[in-house]
Amino acid sequence: MKSKNMSIFSNGIIKENPVLRLMLGTCPTLAVTTAAINGVGMGVAATIVLVCSNLVISLLRNFIPDKVRIPAFITVIAGFVSVVQMLVKAFTPSLDEALGVFLPLIVVNCIILARAEMFASKNPVLPSVLDGLGMGIGFTATLTLMGMIRELLGAGTLFGFTVTANTIDPMIIFLLPPGGFFVFGVLVAVSNAISKRQGKPVVEHLGCASCPMHSACKNAVLDSNEIPTDCQNAEKVGGNNE
Amino acid sequence: MSKLLKVTSSPHIRHEDSTRGIMLDVIIALLPAAVYGCILFGLSAALVLITTVITAVAAEALWNLALKRQQTIGDFSAVLTGLLLGMNLSSQTPLWIAAIGSVVAIIVVKQMFGGLGFNFANPAMTARIVLLVSFAGQMSNYVSPIDVVSSATPLAKETTFTLKQMFFGMHAGSIGETSSFLLIIGGVYLMLRRVIKPIIPVAFIGTVALATLIAGGDLKLALFGGGLMLGAIFMATDYVTSPTTDLGKLIFGVGCGLITFVIRQFGSLPEGVSYAILLMNILTPHINRFTLSKPFGAGEVAKQ
Repeated sequence: MKSKNMSIFSNGIIKENPVLRLMLGTCPTLAVTTAAINGVGMGVAATIVLVCSNLVISLLRNFIPDKVRIPAFITVIAGFVSVVQMLVKAFTPSLDEALGVFLPLIVVNCIILARAEMFASKNPVLPSVLDGLGMGIGFTATLTLMGMIRELLGAGTLFGFTVTANTIDPMIIFLLPPGGFFVFGVLVAVSNAISKRQGKPVVEHLGCASCPMHSACKNAVLDSNEIPTDCQNAEKVGGNNE
Repeated sequence: MSKLLKVTSSPHIRHEDSTRGIMLDVIIALLPAAVYGCILFGLSAALVLITTVITAVAAEALWNLALKRQQTIGDFSAVLTGLLLGMNLSSQTPLWIAAIGSVVAIIVVKQMFGGLGFNFANPAMTARIVLLVSFAGQMSNYVSPIDVVSSATPLAKETTFTLKQMFFGMHAGSIGETSSFLLIIGGVYLMLRRVIKPIIPVAFIGTVALATLIAGGDLKLALFGGGLMLGAIFMATDYVTSPTTDLGKLIFGVGCGLITFVIRQFGSLPEGVSYAILLMNILTPHINRFTLSKPFGAGEVAKQ
């Protein structure tokens, strides 16, 4: 039991890294990682919300009617986002300024809703909290790494300290959206290459297997590239990766 | 083996054209303007061109080695990319920035998308845009060829050049863009050799000229003062990133011209040729889809 909990925790960090492997939460990933410290801040804020919402949703999983589960999840998540937002505003106003609109937008962060739907609503409290923590750490690590790369290449600094800015002119494009997409793509490629080297083939299915909801879906057909007509998640996962 | 045996669908036409031959033709067409740029701007211009060409070829060779692919530097496309990029830079560009440009062009824009034939945009031009965005200061440091002092390109600042000076390239600008005369000669050579069709350059330049005339701008500045000739003749006509049909080419050229004009007239940048070509490059697959040529006899069966 202990090792199972451990693997639930470590899943989110590498094997099912939310950003690089599940392709969830790409919008804040691309938008806020212009500096390493923003990546840390965004990651920590999202992790707190993720752990708390997983905890509460797991506790309430037997009370929330199936038909209205999404609004119920969103309400829980929005509550915690408001708390985090007020805390950030009060204690780290500079981070609040840097994250801007993306802080309240954690409400619609795909990772949090997906973990609530896929994991917390079906599992007991402890695994849900561990899942939230693992996913949150994976998210934070990826954002920090991306922020470090973009800050170093685009501004010549690291966590605000000057590294190469005085010796080499930084490439400003890394701070702009094209640079964000480029670094993101390279990181996804690297993580794919690593899992390939470990002998785990990269999933390149078109059907249910590529759907982030497939493990929670009773109609999923994993060995086909066709999406079944009784797909439960078509509207939820239809390419909307907020 | 792939040279001898190629299985394709009919009809089969045999032709001596090869990638290498076409690339060589384009390089030959570019050389007069490149050499003239070196004479005009001096040793620093030659160094920039040498740097971009060598780095481009080295980047392609190393990429093929690293990925254990067939070596492709022999088709001269990397040489052409390097030369085009160098001609698009100012002679005052620091050499390491020029080298980064070549690496971006070959690795990021070309090889990462699958190599020659699969790039979605013109590598040299996209690399120029990347450099322009990244190193705005160093990239817009132009000098006047007459007295080698810093000066803005004619497009950036109202100047009093005569038509002759503008046409033959006695003004500030990128290494290869100043002499419209030599660029047009290169373009005519390519058209005579049937490497390119005149549709895109004529539509592109014609649209810019017409729009400038209607807006009451200075025609000689618009045509000869910036990168229009170099872009329209050598970069917009890239096979991979321009439409295949004649109608598609016309739409592409007019689109490039309109975007260039809009950026120059209303944008905050003095020059818009490279952005215009990049935007139209991205639209090329869609233009291709809407201008499919009709197969012989199509539609007749349906009527009966």
